[in-house]
Amino acid sequence: MGAMSVSGPMDAAEAAKNTFPDRLFHAITWFFAMLVLVLLAGVAATLVQGSWPALAEYGLKFFISSAWNPVTDRYGALVPVYGTLATAAIAMLIGVPLSFGVAFFLTELCPNRLKRPIGLAIELLAAIPSIIYGMWGLFVLAPFLQRTVQPFLIHSFGGVPVLGEMFAGPPVGIGILTAGVILGVMILPYVAAVMRDVFETIPPSLRESAYGLGATQWEVVWYVVLPRSSVGVVGGIMLGLGRALGETMAVTFVIGNAHHISGSLLAPGTTIASALANEFTEAVGDLYTSALMALGLVLFAITFTVLAGAKRMLIRLHQSQGS
Amino acid sequence: MVGVLNKSMKRMLAAAGVAVLMTGTGWATDLSGAGATFPYPIYAKWAEAYKAQSGIGLNYQSIGSGGGIKQIKAKTVDFGASDMPLKPEELRVAGLTQFPMVMGGVVPVVNLKGIKPGEINLTGTVLAEIYLGKITKWNDPAITRLNPGVALPDQAIAVVHRSDGSGTTFIFTNYLSKVSPEWGKVGASTAVDWPVGLGGKGNEGVAALVGQTDGAIGYVEYAYTVQNKLIFTRLTNSAGTPVAPESKSFIAAAANADWAHASDFYLLLTDQPGADSWPITGATFILLHKVQDKPESANAVLKFFEWDYKNGAKLAQSLDYIPMPDSVSSLVMAKWHDIKDATGKPVW
Repeated sequence: MGAMSVSGPMDAAEAAKNTFPDRLFHAITWFFAMLVLVLLAGVAATLVQGSWPALAEYGLKFFISSAWNPVTDRYGALVPVYGTLATAAIAMLIGVPLSFGVAFFLTELCPNRLKRPIGLAIELLAAIPSIIYGMWGLFVLAPFLQRTVQPFLIHSFGGVPVLGEMFAGPPVGIGILTAGVILGVMILPYVAAVMRDVFETIPPSLRESAYGLGATQWEVVWYVVLPRSSVGVVGGIMLGLGRALGETMAVTFVIGNAHHISGSLLAPGTTIASALANEFTEAVGDLYTSALMALGLVLFAITFTVLAGAKRMLIRLHQSQGS
Repeated sequence: MVGVLNKSMKRMLAAAGVAVLMTGTGWATDLSGAGATFPYPIYAKWAEAYKAQSGIGLNYQSIGSGGGIKQIKAKTVDFGASDMPLKPEELRVAGLTQFPMVMGGVVPVVNLKGIKPGEINLTGTVLAEIYLGKITKWNDPAITRLNPGVALPDQAIAVVHRSDGSGTTFIFTNYLSKVSPEWGKVGASTAVDWPVGLGGKGNEGVAALVGQTDGAIGYVEYAYTVQNKLIFTRLTNSAGTPVAPESKSFIAAAANADWAHASDFYLLLTDQPGADSWPITGATFILLHKVQDKPESANAVLKFFEWDYKNGAKLAQSLDYIPMPDSVSSLVMAKWHDIKDATGKPVW
């Protein structure tokens, strides 16, 4: 009895001591989590508010107009939106197969002593600041493309319908294609690292069983590894796409920054992010600033849609795999 | 690459500015300004020299002319700086006054095999037609007629312009619209709807694109041309004389300009009269409130600018800027008497 009456209050005190930090911790983490939501809502609200004058002036025409004339105050989002989507598409076409190859090699074929150096090198690619990619693109990649790849493309596809159009014009080195190539290299480390990690989560017993049944390396990857890891692969690709859509500095250096839509991928263009980086600091006049804000809002909407779509896809994949 | 360095320097400077604010020491006496990026190096240099003498520092945020105009309107800084002068009407509405502080020139640069700096000559009309996409070859009769004895190739002209909004573009397009009625449709601004060409970011971006592309033409700030030994062209000015870009031709443009009759110093130095005037010259401007809530700090700001006019010419030249001629700076300082405090007493 005596012992119990002593230990009772002590337990309560100890419990109180434990619950207070616990509650505090709970409150702090809750606050942090809410802060993210508040920030997101705040950014969206500011963008809408900032772009309101332009949207009120031009209405829906803002989204389909290809005009961009600071002198007469006529603005439209079509050219930068086209540039953003075109460069991101080229980046995915180049970056995803490359990343897949890298991840495949690292997990399935690579001798063990090379695994770490190559893996590290890929992670280091992600650590290169985007401005360095931009400078490298402008001073090294663009002249290289101008002298070799672009004349080859123009020469080989000239006269072919559609493709000839896509690779027409003088080889100036910089343009939509060059920006896409740079972006492809930039997203590679992200996509490749995620792919490698998810490939490695596949239990060795599954692979070994497949090999035991006489499957080739390609068949193992295509029929065993990929289906089991599709969720992670899609996640990695979306991460890369998000980065390609929003990349600013590197693109600004090599895209040529012309507010024109051309059928040719060799022609200069502009993306939303590069237009903002170029023009925001010296934008004089309310409508001009507001039109740039509206471009920001469009980019926000595009990336939001892409990420939301990716999330939805991931959830579906999860469900179909779970069943 | 200069831009990259500048940017990190700016960030460091901004951080230093914040640090000064946080510690609370000396911030009451320091001057604050914001605006144009083009004069930032010389303002920083002047501020450094002025601080050594007076102990008063300057916190200048080079956020661009547009930002500078917004900040001075919101009264968050003592002065604003803009490469594009405000129209007298706009100044009146905002209750601001403006004056020119320092000058620079814009210079066409080319990349043509075997052509040396200053070897070829262009006129404003030809330059406008190149940028309109009407003249597309270097051996166009319009160009060869201006350059007898120079072998110009049968090569396409690759037009390069600034992609970022900039005072340089404003001065350049202002000149083109003065000399070419057709350029009037494109207009003059810090960024325009270019009919043709590639855009490079900053002077360094334009210089890189011109340097990499055979047959390219671009335009950059004079200081950048000098420091990087680019191949500039001569230009025929309004007096019909071909001139080379050098400090004496910029000073001639400023001295020949009719500042005395320009209301609120709203004067663009492009296409000025005089046989020696470089036609694409421009000044960068300071914006102040006409009625000052804090007369002491307004006085301190004006003292700094007075010092710059009187003692800053050497430093300006060392950075390849063009100091304002004395005739102009004395006109400006006479105008400062119009800046008053809330009771109507002049602050200067």
